[in-house]
Amino acid sequence: MLTAEEKHQIDHEISLVPSPKNACIEALKIVQQSHGWVSDESLQDVAEYVGMSTAELDSVATFYNLIFRRPVGRHVILVCDSISCYVMGYEDIRNQLFEKLSIQYGQTTADGRFTILPNCCLGTCDCAPALMIDNDLYRNLTVEQLDDILSKYT
Amino acid sequence: MATIYIDNKPYEVKAGKNLLEACLNLGKDLPYFCWHPAMGSVGACRQCAVKVYKDENDTKGKLFMSCMEQVRDGMRVSIEDLEAKEFRAHIIGWLMTNHPHDCAVCDEGGSCHLQDMTVITGHNYRQYSFQKRTYRNQYLGPFLNHEMNRCIQCYRCVRYYKDYAGGKDLDVFAAHNHLYFGRAEDGVLESEFSGNLAEVCPTGVFTDKTLKQHYTRKWDLTSAPSVCHHCSLGCNTIAGERYGTLRNITNRYNGEVNGYFLCDRGRFGYEFVNSAGRVRKPLVRSQLPEATDKYTALKTAASVIKVGRTIGIGSPRASLESNFVLKKLVGEDNFHHGVSDVDHDLVEMALHILREGSARTPTLQEVEKADAVFILGEDLTNTAPMLALAVRQSVRQQPMLETVSKANIPLWQDAAVRGLVQTDKGPLFIAHYIPTNLDELATHTFFDSPDAIARLGFAVANLIDAGSPEVRGISEEEQALAQQIADALMKANNPLIISGTSSGNERVLKAAANIAHALVAKEKAAGISLVVPECNSLGLAMLGGHKLESAFEAVLNGYADTVIILENDLYRRASAATVDQFLEGCKQVIVLDSLHNPTTEKAGILLPAAPFSEADGTLINNEGRAQRFFQVHPVQQEIQESWHWLAEMGTIMADQEISDWHDYDDVVKAISKEYTALEGIRKTAPPSDFRIAGQRIARAPHRFSGRTAMNAGLNVSEPKPAEDPDSPLSYTMEGYRGQPPSSVIPFFWSPGWNSNQASNKYQEEIGGHLKGGDPGVRLIAPDGTLPFSEAVPQKFIPLEGHLYMLPLHHTFGSEELSNQSASIMERIPEPYVKINAADAIRMKLDEGQHLSFSIEGQIYQLPVKLSQTIPSGTAGMPNGLPGVPFAELPAWAILNRDIKWKQQPQTTF
Amino acid sequence: MEKPLTQHIVPGRKPLSLKEYEKVGGYQSVRKVLKEMTPEEVQTLVKDSNLRGRGGAGFSTGLKWSFVPMGPDAAQPKYLVANADEMEPGTFKDRVLLEGNPHQLIEGMIVASYAIQASISYVFLRWAYKVAAREISHAIQEAYDAGYLGKNILGSGFNLDMHLHTGVGRYMCGEETALLNALEGKRANPRAKPPFPQVSGLFGKPTIVNNVETLCCLPHIINNGADWFKKLGLTEDAGTKLYGVSGRVKNPGCWELPMGTTIREILEEHAGGMQDGYLFRGLLPGGASTDFLVEEHLDLPMDYPSIQAAGSRMGTGTMIILDDQTCPVGFTLNLQHFFAQESCGFCTPCREGLPWVEKILLAIDKGEGKPEHLLTLDFHTKYLGPGNTFCALAPGAMEPLQSALKYFREDFERHIHEHHCPWSKSKAWQPST
Repeated sequence: MLTAEEKHQIDHEISLVPSPKNACIEALKIVQQSHGWVSDESLQDVAEYVGMSTAELDSVATFYNLIFRRPVGRHVILVCDSISCYVMGYEDIRNQLFEKLSIQYGQTTADGRFTILPNCCLGTCDCAPALMIDNDLYRNLTVEQLDDILSKYT
Repeated sequence: MATIYIDNKPYEVKAGKNLLEACLNLGKDLPYFCWHPAMGSVGACRQCAVKVYKDENDTKGKLFMSCMEQVRDGMRVSIEDLEAKEFRAHIIGWLMTNHPHDCAVCDEGGSCHLQDMTVITGHNYRQYSFQKRTYRNQYLGPFLNHEMNRCIQCYRCVRYYKDYAGGKDLDVFAAHNHLYFGRAEDGVLESEFSGNLAEVCPTGVFTDKTLKQHYTRKWDLTSAPSVCHHCSLGCNTIAGERYGTLRNITNRYNGEVNGYFLCDRGRFGYEFVNSAGRVRKPLVRSQLPEATDKYTALKTAASVIKVGRTIGIGSPRASLESNFVLKKLVGEDNFHHGVSDVDHDLVEMALHILREGSARTPTLQEVEKADAVFILGEDLTNTAPMLALAVRQSVRQQPMLETVSKANIPLWQDAAVRGLVQTDKGPLFIAHYIPTNLDELATHTFFDSPDAIARLGFAVANLIDAGSPEVRGISEEEQALAQQIADALMKANNPLIISGTSSGNERVLKAAANIAHALVAKEKAAGISLVVPECNSLGLAMLGGHKLESAFEAVLNGYADTVIILENDLYRRASAATVDQFLEGCKQVIVLDSLHNPTTEKAGILLPAAPFSEADGTLINNEGRAQRFFQVHPVQQEIQESWHWLAEMGTIMADQEISDWHDYDDVVKAISKEYTALEGIRKTAPPSDFRIAGQRIARAPHRFSGRTAMNAGLNVSEPKPAEDPDSPLSYTMEGYRGQPPSSVIPFFWSPGWNSNQASNKYQEEIGGHLKGGDPGVRLIAPDGTLPFSEAVPQKFIPLEGHLYMLPLHHTFGSEELSNQSASIMERIPEPYVKINAADAIRMKLDEGQHLSFSIEGQIYQLPVKLSQTIPSGTAGMPNGLPGVPFAELPAWAILNRDIKWKQQPQTTF
Repeated sequence: MEKPLTQHIVPGRKPLSLKEYEKVGGYQSVRKVLKEMTPEEVQTLVKDSNLRGRGGAGFSTGLKWSFVPMGPDAAQPKYLVANADEMEPGTFKDRVLLEGNPHQLIEGMIVASYAIQASISYVFLRWAYKVAAREISHAIQEAYDAGYLGKNILGSGFNLDMHLHTGVGRYMCGEETALLNALEGKRANPRAKPPFPQVSGLFGKPTIVNNVETLCCLPHIINNGADWFKKLGLTEDAGTKLYGVSGRVKNPGCWELPMGTTIREILEEHAGGMQDGYLFRGLLPGGASTDFLVEEHLDLPMDYPSIQAAGSRMGTGTMIILDDQTCPVGFTLNLQHFFAQESCGFCTPCREGLPWVEKILLAIDKGEGKPEHLLTLDFHTKYLGPGNTFCALAPGAMEPLQSALKYFREDFERHIHEHHCPWSKSKAWQPST
């Protein structure tokens, strides 16, 4: 079930576009904001709310890599794997993260703390390598900083 | 017209078309996947690339996707250019990086567009050496099999299912090379048009699940042109047989009727032919064993008829020929229509309107071009599915014609057109008592009783032309809606009124006729489409005959004691008590039918009638189009067309006229001689002695395997192939291999084109008429003599202690024959009764609880479904559904005494 | 040296508030166009200024606008969209403008909207730009409060609404028609052209999509005139340009410099030259989808025609440096992996071709490459060209590949012949037992 607050936010987005369908991505974002991901139930709720079929909405949802259709950890680590970070050696950072957290891309730590995902260019190439955890951007990374950074997230 | 140069040769082509269509029209083998003539171009597959040159001095040129390029006068194009050829071959190469090498075990093999295109491009060797991508397949219900590994991501399936047919539960998921085409989760595909995916898909992702159960390659099928028997639209089909069983039904392109598509009832209903319930032997129940040979059965029947006072009961699902011969055999006075009296009157009325009204009935393809539609009292998806699909196109196309032509975008530019049109829809008004699938497209829906629908219709007619009577006591709201509808219809160039017999209300039909008449009076090119109950309802009506009630009376009053029942289960035509009484009153009951049913159980003599695939005959569809269907394969058992049985009886009885009829053409000749209105049926197909280059037309492709050996397991000596006395088709692969006349195309095939896409080669213009004109002869033209009807009904008034029971129809479940098809059976809903939600509260009934009521003595106890739309005081009951005894609807249902109207009931069920 | 676009941007400092921005001359151009100029005059001025789209294609902004139907019969509403979906790998220039001075973008958008008479505008911002999102929504609110947005702006009768839309990923959204589909709540597949967005864009209505940097130039062109703007450039291309450098250089970063500054100046003076111990081998001049340039090209001016003449494209103007200690095959593989992942999957050559290319490069990188693999790569570079695929993604992907095969072919061949990557000892090929 969508909460009153979610509905309120979705209503606002719908008011800005010609047809409720057009607000579907915004609606998915709103749901993901509160749940961390978009479950099948949420997807159905949103679909019904904006007048789409589940399949039609899932077609949109699964197109975009930042709509999560599977549960994620409390914090999502997005590792930039694009060219500047590659040149600057992001692979060491990635490997360290895999090792420290004992997970691979697409996986969530057993304690539900972190999910790690590859992400293309974060647009901070002059400060490569970089990664994002939730809304926080970390740049000019070295392997040594990782413990400190991870410790900020519980 | 425009002149284009293809590989330096000039060609005259139609301007405005896309280059791919133009090339295909010229017979060029230019490969393609995502383009479809009914769906236009999107440029996804990149398969149809050609070189286009700026001018004659340009030697380099540039690759263009021909489906996305509009033909321009003087355009210079090369198909043969090396780079273009190499690119097209690479496209196949790319597709093959993931397409499995499973042709040998793939259902599509031999009728696969991807195979054909692969061969055309000349891509022979695979360079890709890495792993292929694999998918998990989905369960999609009883009709279709899903094999995603074969997918070449052409997007045709979603474009068809979602964009064209309005389906909601099939889509494309994910991105890049992870695309997945299917449902959000496993489950039955909801659309009534899902089966077309098997033909729309260029390879074996979506394949016919019913075919899979008795699989045969297309090249091993013996096929004949047929006509769908499962509703009144008469869609053209190809029926394929192997080893004596019917294997599949596929679309038979008809540029005026069904185009490229069929509904699922039409495609999968065929399985009744193979059902265990078939009548395969003549039975004479007065002897033991009952099963007997053809001659004994005929002789017994003839003797019974001779001594008895015999009446005949015809059938709207039997061919014109069978009904005609029965009528001749029993005599005009003794021929009755085997339909309920309500249906009898309604179909007569419909025929009147079509003949004497002012508006013409458009073909299904013309319906797509209508620019304003008003539907009165028909749930089209459930009564005439393909008409619903056509209306969907009209609603979609109307805004295109306006906005898109302004923006100078050709209509075949599908994605661009959709982008521009967005959610705009053409005017569509629907008046019905329950929601229909088309409501989502409607400008306005109106839910009320059939009488109220008729009143709204009369109000619209009156607003358009004051010659049509005024409707008294109409509410302001209804008047405003009537005005809105009238304005929309008047604004249109080709307004279309759709109605029919399924709501069981004559006034609705009259109202529809008045609107059409009014529009024509205002010089609109208006059309009227009337849906009738069954595949040959109109043919039966044109033949004329008495009501079923009078047949019952004849026996009851002792005027008759013997009855011949033609392909008809009377228990679907009248209440069980009435039919019981009637049959018990008959001394002798002779029944001809293809499936066992409650009526055949009561037959003294039962003759196995050939179902459509084992018969030749003519049907007349709801537009008055006579269409011929052909026997697919010779029948070993003592099964033959009803007209054959009846003619043989007549011969034994030494009926002078009938004795002269030896084959199909004789019967047709007799019909056209006797009925001027039916004269045209002679022209539906060439006569049986028609030959091309001295040859018959082969029902089997020349690659047919086992032609001389397939029955060697039974007998090593090769029998003489059966000869068909009734048609110019041969039963084997021997015969003419070129293109036959359009009415006798047994399958679409052209060198290099093994899939159904070969139909391109049979058309005058891609997506247009078949060469030589589309099959079928329209027999009815309105003469404009019908005056405005004055029969405005009164408002519906609920009756205490009663519910006015209205018929509800189901694509799967309401039609007799398809109900015996195994796959369709899985889709038939459970019986129910639909009542108004507010009435339910008054009656203290919840969804799922049982309501008990009786109609003409028949007691019903059905689980309740609540409806917000069905008018208070009315209810709806599924028509023809297995497990729901017949009632002549609409009718007043008397509520069980425990539940009293407007009173607090003490108990509920 | 004039740096109109970045003059009020100080790294590490909050962007100017509306009040502060107005004090330094902000929103003057809005007052000017609304009070003194007709939309047609704005269009002409911008056309005369020779402003070319900074998103990568370099199309004349004024000319792009001129295809929008004008006058009372034109379809309504019209839309203006700021393409702030900066996702081209190696590109980080718009971030500077978005985070550093959001009001400059809003001002530019109002000018552009007025020029085409759009009444609704969007900032389509990539999801990862969290700071920019915060600053822009704040700035939009300020602009509404100050009457620069909304109904009857400054009493002119001109109305404009502005919304911030943050994306949910996918490089495709940078392509203007795919961006429009994303804005409409659809899959971000590109659309066929024609019809062009100017005629049938967002929700089927006339729409202009302009890059952030392009829009940020507009206030300055309005205030200072076309000639002034033209004179900013050192070569025939007008204005200043945000250039960037990333990779193994001493001082990676982004600088506003006159259009036509040479690569060498950018690389050596501003980026400080290569890091110690690293040698220059090549560069992608304007993001991942541009052809490699090498040593011989360093003295070229960074402008549209010069870079094009050298067989590449200036693209976004943010360069990625390939150094001698980075394997060119691995470098190209990283790029092709990106493009294969970001293909929308709509057309065959891109959807099927790019993963094939990626697999081949991976095989070569792992030492499992075969000589015929290079031929397969070659035909991809030939046939995944513009026009053959539905949009420019795959042709863009082929640019670094074809030039890598041209300039670094020996390195590819070495991988194949030596059965391992010469740059990677750890990944050295082992004979199977």
